[in-house]
Amino acid sequence: MKQLSRYRRHKAAGPLLLICALLTIGTTFSVASATVKQSQTTFARSASIEEGKQIFLKGCSSCHGLNAEGGAIAPSLIGVGAASVDFQVGTGRMPMADMSTQAVRKAPVYNEDETAALASYVASLAPGPAIPEESALNYERDGNSAQGGELFRNNCAMCHNFAGQGGALTQGKYAPTLMGVEPKHIYEAMITGPQSMPVFSDKTITPAEKLALIKWIKAAEAEPNLGGATMGRIGPVTEGLLVWVLGIGLLIGIAVWLTTRAR
Amino acid sequence: MTSVEKRIGTAANFVDERLGAAGWVKKSLNKVFPDHWSFMLGEVCMYSFIILLLSGTFLTFWFDPSQRDVIYNGAYEPLKGLKMSAAYASTLDISFEVRGGLLMRQIHHWAANIFMAAIVAHLLRVFFTGAFRKPREFNWILGILLLTLGLVEGLFGYSLPDDLLSGTGLRITSAIIQAVPVVGTYITFFLFGGAFPGVGFIPRIFTLHILIIPGIFLAVITIHVMLVWYQKHTQFPGVGRTETNVVGHPILPVYMAKAGGFFFVVFGVTAFISAVASINPIWLYGPYTPGQISAGSQPDWYMGWLDGLVRMAPPLETHAFGHTISWNILIPAIIVPGIIFTSMALYPFIESWITGDKREHHLLDRPRNVPNRTALGVMSITFVLVALINGGNDILATNFDLSINQIMWFSRIGIFVLPPLAFIITKRLCLSLQRADRELLLHGTETGRLLRLPHGEFVEVHAPISPEKAFILQSHEQLVPLEIEDVDGRGVRRPGALKNKLQRRLSKAHAVSVPKVSEQELKEIEHH
Amino acid sequence: MSNELTPIDSSVVPQHAPRATDTNPVSEKRAEQQVAILFTLSGIGSVLLIYSYIFVAKDVFIFIPVMGNQNAQQLGIGLGMAMSLFFIGIAAIHWAKTLMPDKEIVNHRHEFRSSDEDRAELVHTVKEGVKGVQLGRRKLIKRSLGAAVGLFALPPVLLLRDLGPLPKKQLETTNWKTGTRLLTDPGNRPILASDLEVGAVVQVLPAVEHEDERPLSDIAKDPVLLIRLRPEDFQLTPEKLAMTHEGIIAFSKICSHMGCAVALYEQQTKHLLCPCHQSTFDVTRGAKVIFGPAARPLPQLDITVDSQGYLVARAPFNEPVGPSFWERNSQ
Repeated sequence: MKQLSRYRRHKAAGPLLLICALLTIGTTFSVASATVKQSQTTFARSASIEEGKQIFLKGCSSCHGLNAEGGAIAPSLIGVGAASVDFQVGTGRMPMADMSTQAVRKAPVYNEDETAALASYVASLAPGPAIPEESALNYERDGNSAQGGELFRNNCAMCHNFAGQGGALTQGKYAPTLMGVEPKHIYEAMITGPQSMPVFSDKTITPAEKLALIKWIKAAEAEPNLGGATMGRIGPVTEGLLVWVLGIGLLIGIAVWLTTRAR
Repeated sequence: MTSVEKRIGTAANFVDERLGAAGWVKKSLNKVFPDHWSFMLGEVCMYSFIILLLSGTFLTFWFDPSQRDVIYNGAYEPLKGLKMSAAYASTLDISFEVRGGLLMRQIHHWAANIFMAAIVAHLLRVFFTGAFRKPREFNWILGILLLTLGLVEGLFGYSLPDDLLSGTGLRITSAIIQAVPVVGTYITFFLFGGAFPGVGFIPRIFTLHILIIPGIFLAVITIHVMLVWYQKHTQFPGVGRTETNVVGHPILPVYMAKAGGFFFVVFGVTAFISAVASINPIWLYGPYTPGQISAGSQPDWYMGWLDGLVRMAPPLETHAFGHTISWNILIPAIIVPGIIFTSMALYPFIESWITGDKREHHLLDRPRNVPNRTALGVMSITFVLVALINGGNDILATNFDLSINQIMWFSRIGIFVLPPLAFIITKRLCLSLQRADRELLLHGTETGRLLRLPHGEFVEVHAPISPEKAFILQSHEQLVPLEIEDVDGRGVRRPGALKNKLQRRLSKAHAVSVPKVSEQELKEIEHH
Repeated sequence: MSNELTPIDSSVVPQHAPRATDTNPVSEKRAEQQVAILFTLSGIGSVLLIYSYIFVAKDVFIFIPVMGNQNAQQLGIGLGMAMSLFFIGIAAIHWAKTLMPDKEIVNHRHEFRSSDEDRAELVHTVKEGVKGVQLGRRKLIKRSLGAAVGLFALPPVLLLRDLGPLPKKQLETTNWKTGTRLLTDPGNRPILASDLEVGAVVQVLPAVEHEDERPLSDIAKDPVLLIRLRPEDFQLTPEKLAMTHEGIIAFSKICSHMGCAVALYEQQTKHLLCPCHQSTFDVTRGAKVIFGPAARPLPQLDITVDSQGYLVARAPFNEPVGPSFWERNSQ
């Protein structure tokens, strides 16, 4: 303890302590909220269609129409299924913040409870893709990472980039990054085809293949940076930038030092 | 005499009695190299080349340059069990099974990038300071040759691992060759050993990449450096530096220690970057198959501007008599680069034709004192930068919330508008810098001290500049336009009136500059 | 043209002020120690390299802020190598700058032009030599020499002939034939029309004899992208519309510009984008080019279903797929 107190007045002590405190609070909070979420999920299953309809009328109907029949600026939701609602609302894309190019991922507006209610309401309008059961999402057990990688490069990499970092589409639209996306949402996106993304039917990419895909994405997410800092995993552009800024910059700096006279 | 000296003496005697080298070596050791940071850029090129030779040799010990199919069963889990080429599998093995192998791969790739960047920086230094002028035109051309070779060598190098990104690059390369009228299709089939991707390209470019091209490189670099040695290095103007001398440190010991040390520094910096920053993570790209593609498929930066040109090309093809000519490929990928590299190689002769200057030059220009050349250089850089920006338009679009269509239109218009604009702005900037020099010479520097004159006026005190600085500021030559008459002394029209007119016009444009401070003006100032 | 004024004599090298290490023995001693420390740092780097190579396991990862999880062995070897090289260099330069004599010296240049006598003599020698060859007089030798050298230049070119086969019709043909089934890639499963919902895409390859051993040169021209739209979304000519099946339309996935895989399908705008050069194709109008450098629409594959309801090609592609080439008849 004596040794520790020696560093008490060190100038880094303050910030370090602050970081430790924040980390502790953050961890405690996230553990606590996780337990809360779990208890909510069970409750959410029983959420009524009526409750969802009320939320819909308040939050969605101004664009999607009173009966979800769609409007001038928003598509019909009849037949999109519960999976679509769970994806769009669960990732915060809906309700949309601004109507410009595309719906962006943000903190969800509705909690899981309300999302589930909305989903069951929309699902009640017409049959559509259902939210995948948690038991069907055991990608760790059922997936094959190498097969997933091949599927990914064939079906996903052209938009989401070779490492799932996202990429550009036309007219300012873009395919978002897949890092940090919940497996459930990845699955839902594939079966519903949100926004620019096409649908990947269960018949052409089987559920087992979808799990393989998710396993590969999750492995890419967790993969350590094997060769050093990755600079975004977006290919040679950042590498070229680094060569000029750090490489040539550093060497010119040393050349200047080398050629100035010592005093 | 110490025993060490005695031993060295014996060895030197042994060599000299057989080669008679004492005279030459003695002279060489007293060879002078002037000091300036920008003179080190060429050394960065040479040292990166040595690093490339060393790290490249290391890689060849494990690399298997073959397109034969293998099933991967190595250490990298996410690719296990996949079919891939032996080239790709062995690159994975170098990365994950050879200790330090990934580091060596990264050193090789970073060194290649630094090599190309240093070549470009060195070329710009030589261009902007006019170091390419007589008698150094040969060396300029050799330099352009090295740059061109570097582009090809780099393309071949990053294509060897046969990953998804480099395969895409080769796909584009094959489409460019295939677009050549009449012979293109045949050449593609011969080069690739069949329809793309063929069976022979990887082993063939391997031979070119590790044997033929490095061999040519070695020869050309040797001549390049020997010419610098023989012609002696240029120097910036300064007191005691003239067209007939060269001032600096001798080879032994200072220059040798500094240059030798700098090699280790370049190697160290390359190793440092390779230790902390990943480059070309081929295990993430996956093995190449022509049916797959990744968003943001870019070449390395030195090819990026060419890719940018291809992206912005108009959708033009000629279909006639059962044949197709792809202007959308030929113009950006072959014709424009061809014109650029040819005119770059010929530039020393073009400039000397415009100025009519056939003298030797060993003192470098300060870029501002030759506004036309400097503006031309900045114009070229602007051209390449616009193309380069378009080459990364998808990456820029996602990272800066732009649209690829906007960037494409910006580049399509910008490639025509921005370079001339850069020319005009640079030329004006050079002229105002010349004016500032003139002011400095005549009135000295502002000291920031205010002085109240007896009649109440405030003036700022100016301090005269040092004689050394004053010397540099007026050491350049006043540019004068060529006098070319259309008729000769006897009143007969000279042949080539159009050529004369062009030369006169260009010469006039080239000679625009601020008048130098005359002796009289300087004397007047001294009397104040 | 020469410098108009020389306020100070330009022929004299200015005297350098002595460095601290030249005059002050303390500074000199300190500089010497600094150089020694730098060399020692290099040695430490080498030890770090050796240690990491031998004693650090391959699968140890350490977390470093900004850089993320790093392989300890790779980082140790790299940083060790960087240190051992970098500090040798810095030490040598510091040594040269502070302790080695820093007096500049002057070399003189000479004009490169040879003396007039030398040049005249050279011209004479060359002329004599050429005269000795007698090419001007001996027309027969001259002509046969020309012919021999000309013929000699041919074999090296000829010897390269076996680098590859002749193109023949390889660029014009694919493995799509009448009745060829469309198989998922990867997976090689046949597809029912009902497998695709509206807005769905599938990457497909033709059914061939050995689906696991497709040569890459086949994959470079065979891939097809299958897209399902609402039939009313199409704005096609009757012939092209007849090539679709219940709203399912099939295009070659190989870009008509430079052969990249065009597979970025935007379900809402119904545009296909090539990630290489941003050529954009409008699927509803038969993959017409609406942006970018591609000059031709993507070739469309005529599809239908077979007796079992699986999607098949009704006919081969009616034009070559992929990038243009000289022999391509594009009319």
